[in-house]
Amino acid sequence: MQAGAGLGADPSPRAMNRYPLWKYAILVVALLLGSLYTLPNFFGEAPAVQISPAKAAMRLDAATQARVEQALAGAGLKPSAITLEPNSLKVRFEDTDTQLKAKDTLSQALISDPSDPSFVIALNLISRSPAWLSALNAAPMYLGLDLRGGVHFMLQVDMPAAQTKRVEALAGDIRSALREKNIRHAGIARQGDRIDIRFRDEAVLGAAENLLKDQFADLLPVRGKDGADLLLSATLQPVAAKRVQEQALKQNITTLHNRINELGVAEPVIQQQGADRIVVQLPGVQDTAKAKDILGRTATLEIRLVEDSAEARAAELSNAPVPFGTERYLERNGQAVVVKKQVILTGENLTDAQPGFDNQTQEAAVHLTLDAKGARIFKDVTRENVGKRMAILLFEKGKGEVVTAPVIRSEIGGGRVQISGRMSTVEANDVALLLRAGSLAAPMEIIEERTIGPSLGAENIAKGFDSVTWGFVAVAAFMCFYYMLFGVFSSIALGVNLLLLVAMLSMLQATLTLPGMAAMALVLGMAIDANVLINERVREELRNGAAPQSAIHAGYDRAWATILDSNVTTLIAGLALLAFGSGPVRGFAVVHCLGILTSMFSAVFFSRGLVNLWYGRQKKLKGVSIGTVWRPEGTGAGQKSA
Amino acid sequence: MEFFKIRRDIPFMRHALVFNVVSLLTFVAAVFFLFSRGLHLSVEFTGGTLMEVSYNHPADVNLVRNQIAGLGFTDVQVQNFGSTRDVLIRMPVVKGQTSAQQSEQVLKALKAADPTAELRRTEFVGPQVGDELAIDGLKALAFVVIGIMLYLAIRFEWKFAVAAIIANLHDVIIILGFFAFFQWEFSLPVLAAVLAVLGYSVNESVVIFDRIRENFRRFRKMDTTEIIDNAITSTISRTIITHGSTQLMVLSMLIFGGATLHYFALALTIGILFGIYSSVFVAAAIAMWLGIRREDLIKAPVKPEGSPDDPNSGAVV
Repeated sequence: MQAGAGLGADPSPRAMNRYPLWKYAILVVALLLGSLYTLPNFFGEAPAVQISPAKAAMRLDAATQARVEQALAGAGLKPSAITLEPNSLKVRFEDTDTQLKAKDTLSQALISDPSDPSFVIALNLISRSPAWLSALNAAPMYLGLDLRGGVHFMLQVDMPAAQTKRVEALAGDIRSALREKNIRHAGIARQGDRIDIRFRDEAVLGAAENLLKDQFADLLPVRGKDGADLLLSATLQPVAAKRVQEQALKQNITTLHNRINELGVAEPVIQQQGADRIVVQLPGVQDTAKAKDILGRTATLEIRLVEDSAEARAAELSNAPVPFGTERYLERNGQAVVVKKQVILTGENLTDAQPGFDNQTQEAAVHLTLDAKGARIFKDVTRENVGKRMAILLFEKGKGEVVTAPVIRSEIGGGRVQISGRMSTVEANDVALLLRAGSLAAPMEIIEERTIGPSLGAENIAKGFDSVTWGFVAVAAFMCFYYMLFGVFSSIALGVNLLLLVAMLSMLQATLTLPGMAAMALVLGMAIDANVLINERVREELRNGAAPQSAIHAGYDRAWATILDSNVTTLIAGLALLAFGSGPVRGFAVVHCLGILTSMFSAVFFSRGLVNLWYGRQKKLKGVSIGTVWRPEGTGAGQKSA
Repeated sequence: MEFFKIRRDIPFMRHALVFNVVSLLTFVAAVFFLFSRGLHLSVEFTGGTLMEVSYNHPADVNLVRNQIAGLGFTDVQVQNFGSTRDVLIRMPVVKGQTSAQQSEQVLKALKAADPTAELRRTEFVGPQVGDELAIDGLKALAFVVIGIMLYLAIRFEWKFAVAAIIANLHDVIIILGFFAFFQWEFSLPVLAAVLAVLGYSVNESVVIFDRIRENFRRFRKMDTTEIIDNAITSTISRTIITHGSTQLMVLSMLIFGGATLHYFALALTIGILFGIYSSVFVAAAIAMWLGIRREDLIKAPVKPEGSPDDPNSGAVV
């Protein structure tokens, strides 16, 4: 379709308004795909129970599914469908009543210890669409919180605090390293994010500088002077600072994940936003107070010695009272461990935990890194307790759990600890994750919060739906009335536009919000512009005395460049909103931009297809039904024909 | 059916001065209200807490206000939202208190006074987020203005780009002026509406400019004024029908969209109405005064007219 082409040189009328077969094929395929992906939106949602593992170590498999089926059959509850996904098992029911009963049944069957659940069992709504649609990845549009209700938090991670924590740890490490090498300094102090080391003597400073360059690649030492003292100031390298921030953010996200699991939310969203923010969305959660309590909680890690008296052994095996000064905790496999009350180290001293392998045995292992103070204490304790067991405990909500309780083989110095033995790679990963994620790397603050009640969500859907429907009906009615058959074509094209837009949104699983629904209505209102341009142009050609076939041809061809121009300017605005918008604006922009793209297809390509199909085959076309073609002279006014 | 039975070109440009004076006056008034009254920004921009509480009977706004004032919060706004049963409460950020504490305290007090009070939604925005949103909004506006000007300068000529952007920015200022004058709440969706309108109104100018270029090529005898008059006259029916259709949609939103979409739809309505005015009467007049000439648009005929490669074989409507 070339702009302006064919001025006065119309192609032969026979081929003018015909599409080749492949163009019709494209239209049919687009229409079929559009209908297919829009389809799931019509089935509505069914009540369901969603089971997901509460801990990273738990896996869902066919065995779990069998247990679920068995439990439900035992209670006489009939699920309408069970789907096993990598991270969740969804059981669909016919009504809410069965759903609630099933939740209770499954909670009893799957969770043996309510204080330490191994599964998250949550109520959810899932699409009622048949399995063959789900197999094609066709799912209904993903509704935003303002349409389904729930809470939204935006948390800001206190990065300076994370950095300070890291610098503090490094300062301790430097102190130990200098002592080990016998380098005499006149004081180490942390000034904000800078470590100042004082020296009396140039040579010693040089030695310290070399040591820093060798062992502390993360730091950037700079020489300076402070009064009589020589000064070596070290700051974090930009790369290292960035890494600290990234790790802090990642660790906080992991921690949030673990905590949110306890809330029993079916589809939580936890995402990084920008360099230092985390967005948490909990659809369906109404109790914000509880949610905030759980998000803000801090977990603590403790290292203690295992009590090895005979009494304690007996207490581990039975429910006998534990010896004085000890406590009983459970390991994750349910095995009881009796540990001393005295705390050797806390998570404060743990700077890192990574999964890996033992150098000699190639067994899976977890490598811990302690800060200088922790390393010193750890060295002393291990020296005095070779052959005994040591327990690493994680406390959350005041409830402790033994993560692991390895045997001390030898004295461990240098702050690098390896836990190995009786561990699979998966377990090593999980332990490392737990140790790292047990506590937040840096404090967080809620800087944005939104709660939407479920009734408001349903109302918003109804409002958005009504706006789109009635707006559509009004525009379509006007078009049919004003442009007759061409108006009908335009209205069908507008309907196809809506169909394609919904299909695209469903396919991309973009979040649909109320502003998004407003954008849908608006984009339909704007999309009709293209058809008005075409229809007006066809009328004008007819008014100037063109034959019907060439009038149609010229109308479409000449309107195309204008349509393109106007859509580009609208798209520029849409892209700006997409790039700089956040929250509600982004929801608006996504639909707006997609809608402009689909409207170009439907308003020009599709409506032309309809017109060609209807008029293109008529060789001796006398007139077209496009409403009144008024002529100033009054000759032939009111030309109307079918 | 045909609404527009126009026999002769309407001499729009004869009254160009009048139109521009009218535009200038509205513009100055809008700017005046923007500065004197300021925009009533939503919590998204100012930071603070917003609560929507619904009762099962018409709520007494004054009573609710007193109940909250009794808790020691200052500067609290209470108003009806959507219906008489729904109440919207806005509270500024209080130092040393989280929004959660704030909203829970208020809800507790309201529930104690009237057990039917039900929290429909809360929204809390920290002050730092608000500032960022305002800055992002301005960035988006700059992006749209520069993007559209570049596009028009490439497609047409810089004079058209300048004329279109002045005409349409004046729409934006007028929408903001309305919001300042009536103290309607300016929220993020309203901002989105304003920018969408900016992109949409430029269409209008594009259609007319396309036609002006076409006319320069077709009617060699006409002078610039006649050409512009003819271009506007022959596109006016499309302009009105298109905007009318879009307005039908917006009207539907205004009627069915409820309180949440109310100001959004209102901003669009003003934008659409002034969009017609500014594109038809202002943009072309500015282009005329900037001195558009036939030679600017129609380069020496290197290629035969109507060639598909001719960049000037622009569209016509």
